[in-house]
Amino acid sequence: MTTPATNNALAPSADLRRRGQLLSFEEAWALFFILPFALVFVLFIAYPIAYALYLGSDLSAYPRVLTDPIYLLTLQNTFVFIVFGVGLKMLLALALSSFFVLPGRGVRVISALFLLPWVAPHIPSILSIRWMLNSDWGMINTLIFKLFHVDGPAWLTQPSYGMLSIITVHIWKYLPFWTMIIVAARLGIPKDLYEAAKIDGASPSQQFRHVTFPAIAGVFLTSTMLSAIWSLGDFNSIYLLTGGGPMERTNTLATMGIRYAFRKADFEAGVVTMMSALPVLVPLIIVLLRRLREQR
Amino acid sequence: MNDASTALPRRLHETVLLGVLGLVIVVWSLLPIYHMVVLSLTPPREGFAGHLWPVNPTLANYVTVLTQADYYLAQFWQQLGNSALIAVAATAMVLLCSLMASFAISRLRPRFGSLVSYLALVAYFVPATFLAIPFYQVMGTYGLLGNQLSLVLCVVAFATPYAIWVLQQNAHTLPDELDDAARIDGAGPLQMFTLIYVPLMLPTIVAVGAFALMLSWNEYLYAFLLLSDESRFTIPVMLGQFMADDAAPWPLLMTSGVIYMLPPTALYYVARQFQSSGMMSGSVKG
Repeated sequence: MTTPATNNALAPSADLRRRGQLLSFEEAWALFFILPFALVFVLFIAYPIAYALYLGSDLSAYPRVLTDPIYLLTLQNTFVFIVFGVGLKMLLALALSSFFVLPGRGVRVISALFLLPWVAPHIPSILSIRWMLNSDWGMINTLIFKLFHVDGPAWLTQPSYGMLSIITVHIWKYLPFWTMIIVAARLGIPKDLYEAAKIDGASPSQQFRHVTFPAIAGVFLTSTMLSAIWSLGDFNSIYLLTGGGPMERTNTLATMGIRYAFRKADFEAGVVTMMSALPVLVPLIIVLLRRLREQR
Repeated sequence: MNDASTALPRRLHETVLLGVLGLVIVVWSLLPIYHMVVLSLTPPREGFAGHLWPVNPTLANYVTVLTQADYYLAQFWQQLGNSALIAVAATAMVLLCSLMASFAISRLRPRFGSLVSYLALVAYFVPATFLAIPFYQVMGTYGLLGNQLSLVLCVVAFATPYAIWVLQQNAHTLPDELDDAARIDGAGPLQMFTLIYVPLMLPTIVAVGAFALMLSWNEYLYAFLLLSDESRFTIPVMLGQFMADDAAPWPLLMTSGVIYMLPPTALYYVARQFQSSGMMSGSVKG
C-alpha cells in the first residue's frame, strides 16, 4: 500500500526516494504526468480568468453598464430565470424520479426516450422549438387555433411570454439529466430501509418523507447548486430562442455580456456584466467545493 | 423499486395513471424532435403551414442537403467533416490530459496531487460562457483566432476537468495491490500507466470519451466566436446562420439538423449499453 507522500518515512517505496531531494522518484513522474493538464489549465483557464479580472478592473466600464436600463432588466431576468428555471426543473426532477425508479420494461423504454432532449444537440432542437413557437405559422399556435379558434400568444415576441418560453426550453433540455442523477441516488438507497418502514406501517408518502428524501437530500442540494451555476451560463436557451429580444428585453447576464462584447465591441462592459454574477457564483462554488471534497 | 406499489401487483387505476404520465413524458420529450423531422419531410415552401404531420412528405430536402444544393448549405460536407475532425482531435487530447493527470493524482499520490484535483474541480464548476470574452481575447494573443485549433483547445480546457474528476472517482476503486505488485516486478510509472491503469479504466474511458465527443460536437457559442471562415465552420455555426432571416429555408435547416443529430444520439445509446449510466456517474456526488 502506498501511503500519501506526507508519510514518506513509512512508505514501502521509500527506498526509491532519496533523502533531501525536493521530489521523490514517483513525484517527479507525477509532475510529468500532470504536465499536459497543467499547461492547458494555465494557458486556457487561469490566464483567461486573470485577463477577465484585468478587463474588469477598468472602472470606467461600470458607469456605462450600470446606467444602461437594459442591464437592470437583464439582472431581473437572470433572477427570474434562475429561480423559476432551476427551481421548477429540480422539483420536477424530484417528482419524476418517483416514476423512473419503478421497475419494468415500459419505464425503461420511456426513460430512454426521456433522455433524448438532453442527448440531442442544442442547436437544431432549440431552433425547432423556435419555429414551433412562431406566433404566425408555428405548430403550437396552429394547434391552439384549431382547437379553440383563438389566436395563441406571441410566444417569442412579447417579453413575458419570451421569458416563459426560455424557461420552458431550459427545463425541456436539462430536466432529463437532473432527473437521472436523482434516480441514480434513489436506486442507491438500501432496500432494507424500505422494508423496515413498511413493517412499521409507513405509507408511500411517509416512506418518501422519512426514507427517500433524507437519503437523497445531499445529492438534491448539490445538484440544485450545480444547476444554478450552470444555468447562469446557459447561453443557448436564450440566444437561439429569442436572441435576447424583443428589444433586448429577454437577456440574461450570459447573453448580455456576449452582446456588449461582440455586438457593441465593448469588451470591458461585457466582462463587467458577466462579473456581476460573481457575488452568487463564488459562494456557490466555494460551498460546492467543500461538499464534494468532504465526500471523498 | 423503492415504492410500496412494487411489492403488490399494481392496481388497474394505478396502471392507467402511470400510462397517462408516461405518455405525457414521451410527448413532452419528443415533440420538438418530432417537429424537426416533420419539417425535414415538408417541401421547402410549405414550412409555414404549421402542420402536425407531413402532409406531402418528401425526401427532397435530404437530397438538397446531401448534394449541397442550397446557398446556406454550400459547404455542408466540409462543415460536417470539420465538426468530426474537431471532435476527434479534442477527445484524443482530453483523454490524454485527463488520463495522465488522474493517474498521477490517484496512483502516484504526490504531495501536490490534491491541489491539482482541487483546481480541476474549480475549473469544472466555472460556466464556460463566463470565460468566452477573455478566452476570445487570449486566443487573439496566441494568434489562433479563426483557427480550428482554438476550438479544439477550448473543448480540451472545458472537458478535461470533468474527465479528471470522473476518472479519479473511478480510479479509487482499483486495488492498490495491483500497483504494488507492479512495483515489486520492477515496473516504473510509465508501465503502470500503460499496462495497468489505462486497460483497467477502459469502461470509464469510453464514458468520458463519449462525453468529450458530444461536448465538442454540440459546442455553439465558442465555435461561432472563434471561427470566421465558412469553410472552417462546424455544423452548429452553419445552422445558426439560418436565424439571420425568417425567409431562410427552415425545412432545410431542420433536415441538416436531423442529419447532424444522428451521430451523437447513436453514440449515446451505444455508450449507454457499454456502461449503464456511466456518463453521469461521478458527476454529482454528495
